[in-house]
Amino acid sequence: MEALPEFELLRPITIAEAVAARRSHPAARLLGGGTDLVVNIRRGIEAPGQLIDLTAVAELGTIKANAEMLEIGAAARLAAIAADDGVLAHYPVLAEAAASIAGPTHREMGTLGGNLCLDTRCIYYNQSHWWRSANDHCLKTTGAICHVAPKSRGVCFATFSGDLAPALMVLGAEIDLVGPEGARRMPLEQLYIGHARHDGSSGDGKRYLALLPGEIVARVRAQAVPGLRSAYDKIRIRRSIEYPVAGVAVALRRAGGVLAELRVAFTGTNPRPVLLAGTETLCGGALDEPAFARLDALVRDQVMAMKTTFTPGHYRRRMAGVLARRLVMKLFAG
Amino acid sequence: MARLLTLTLNGRKRVDAVADNLLLLDYLRDGQRLTGTKTGCDGGECGACTVLVDDRPRLSCLTLAASCEGRRVDTVESLADGGRLSAVQRGFHEKLGAQCGYCTPGLIMASEGLLRANPDPGEAEIRAALGSNICRCTGYVKIIEAVRHAARLKASGEAR
Repeated sequence: MEALPEFELLRPITIAEAVAARRSHPAARLLGGGTDLVVNIRRGIEAPGQLIDLTAVAELGTIKANAEMLEIGAAARLAAIAADDGVLAHYPVLAEAAASIAGPTHREMGTLGGNLCLDTRCIYYNQSHWWRSANDHCLKTTGAICHVAPKSRGVCFATFSGDLAPALMVLGAEIDLVGPEGARRMPLEQLYIGHARHDGSSGDGKRYLALLPGEIVARVRAQAVPGLRSAYDKIRIRRSIEYPVAGVAVALRRAGGVLAELRVAFTGTNPRPVLLAGTETLCGGALDEPAFARLDALVRDQVMAMKTTFTPGHYRRRMAGVLARRLVMKLFAG
Repeated sequence: MARLLTLTLNGRKRVDAVADNLLLLDYLRDGQRLTGTKTGCDGGECGACTVLVDDRPRLSCLTLAASCEGRRVDTVESLADGGRLSAVQRGFHEKLGAQCGYCTPGLIMASEGLLRANPDPGEAEIRAALGSNICRCTGYVKIIEAVRHAARLKASGEAR
């Protein structure tokens, strides 16, 4: 077999060593399970000079989940998250999302950090080098236009398709980052900047993470909300080794016959995972048909699936709405 | 860049010089001449290259050899004991779980990983555990029978 391009592999065993390695090699890429990055290197999409393997950093591999709080390190494996008793008992949306990723062997390899920072995808991007050169390289690599939206004037529409981000967003998770300037914490949804605004005031499918140079995702954390019910569902063309057509996470609280709180987040549709804005307008009343019509309107407004996969954008957008409706109905009924 | 890699391969401790960019698959096939592990899609989509690392299945085509430092790697060559087929190998042989055979080493290792973690899996658990492996011949029915048969062989002590 043809060898991978040359690179240097760095294997830090502490967070401090990982940050130092990142500082000395600003162009290095971070390696988790390799189920996406190694494929991209193989396809000539990228050729980093150094890879920093984070899976040997023991302090990044821990999972703590109980009735009060959730804290998971970036190097925790997806299979371990899906099978963790605390996650299953108290944060079912996260266990379901983790169990739905790719196939079982991929989940033994893939990590939380890798899934949260998963490279955005597009049918014009996730292709071999010869395919892409035969078709003129696109914006996300070295080309000048987006083949999905040729009039996008520099905006890339590659789609974010990680499953853990929407699940963690509906749990109200925060993310811990470490970097050369120290540590900081922010709501998970602020990590994602792929709003793809045409005035260039935000990131897009090419620049989709709010990480500062040298920053590393260290862990996510969330506080348990008493009475919160949560679930995850997604549609894919086949049940394993496949990226989502659309994925939806829902968390809600019910007070008697009234919807007290609702959070809905999507993946596989936009250049970022979308935490649906405006769901508070559905709360405070019964979950009736007008409430579902308002939910549909929010989805239509904020879910912007483009032709970045083999399934058409309008279909993914419709399915996102269908999945959201179903999950809200199921969780409300309890 | 290269380094010395220490690992336990099929039960034997080894120290080998490996390049940083060497994949576990190429280390096994080209370096160790263990060609039982197959190169299929070379992109993590088919599972033909599945091996066990510390008893858990991994895609060797996406794993860097150097990341297996200190680990235990088992390939399909480790299963037979002095010419006697292992339980999973016998299962695939006796229940006709292989047709063209190309996916078989990967499926056998994924099945072996399942039975080490769960000695008595139900059909749904077998289907779920083999979800990263593609077979284009059998239609999977015979493979699932093979794994159930292997579990019985192991339980009765007829095979390991």
